[in-house]
Amino acid sequence: MAMSTAHRITGVALYFGHALIVGWLVAMAASPGAYEAVRGFALSPFGIVILMLYSWALFHHMGGGLRHFVWDTGRGMGHPARDQLAWGTLAFGLVATALFWIVVFIAV
Amino acid sequence: MIGNAMKTPLGRVKGLGSAKSGTKHFWHQRVSALANVFTMTGLLIVLAMLAVRDWPAAIVFFGNPVVGLLVILALVSTCYHMWLGMQIVVEDYIHAEGLKLALLVANTFYAALLALAGIYAVIRLGLTGLIAV
Repeated sequence: MAMSTAHRITGVALYFGHALIVGWLVAMAASPGAYEAVRGFALSPFGIVILMLYSWALFHHMGGGLRHFVWDTGRGMGHPARDQLAWGTLAFGLVATALFWIVVFIAV
Repeated sequence: MIGNAMKTPLGRVKGLGSAKSGTKHFWHQRVSALANVFTMTGLLIVLAMLAVRDWPAAIVFFGNPVVGLLVILALVSTCYHMWLGMQIVVEDYIHAEGLKLALLVANTFYAALLALAGIYAVIRLGLTGLIAV
């Protein structure tokens, strides 16, 4: 139930956070000045934290979605599977976020 | 439609019962979700690559048609998915008819605005690269 609630909450958070992503693209298209302003904010410590939270919300929501896909096949509704899927969703979100940011800091 | 077939004529006229064809919504949500797994992963990578590029390098980057196409695909799949998802959220929690309708319309406008503004930005960036070169 907590994972279902989290799935909805992360969905709503992503819904509004998506405006920041689109804002980034629009700023890029607007002018070099606007682009540098957005980029400066994105690379600031505060900006990095927001991006990390956004990516966590994204990967957690993705994990929840994959859990729904499993249920759509009819599997995973029985006793240990339910709880395993719930913990798996949480783990997927955290691990995928961590991996993504590790790769970003190494490669970039 | 199955929804209408399960209503009495009076119920149908009064607009009672299921508000939509739920199966289509369900399926479209699933398909866009699957698309999102791929496109959002790609979009995150594109954004990370953009973050370390200054404006001239970013323009060159967006000159690559694969980048532009990936971002457009991501915008379409995510904005459609979030439009559907928020529709469910509004319908679940808002029951005052006027407020519900207003929020549903706002949801549609918001999702459309984000998608179209993003696509316009991508096209404009790609063309900027062509002109600059």
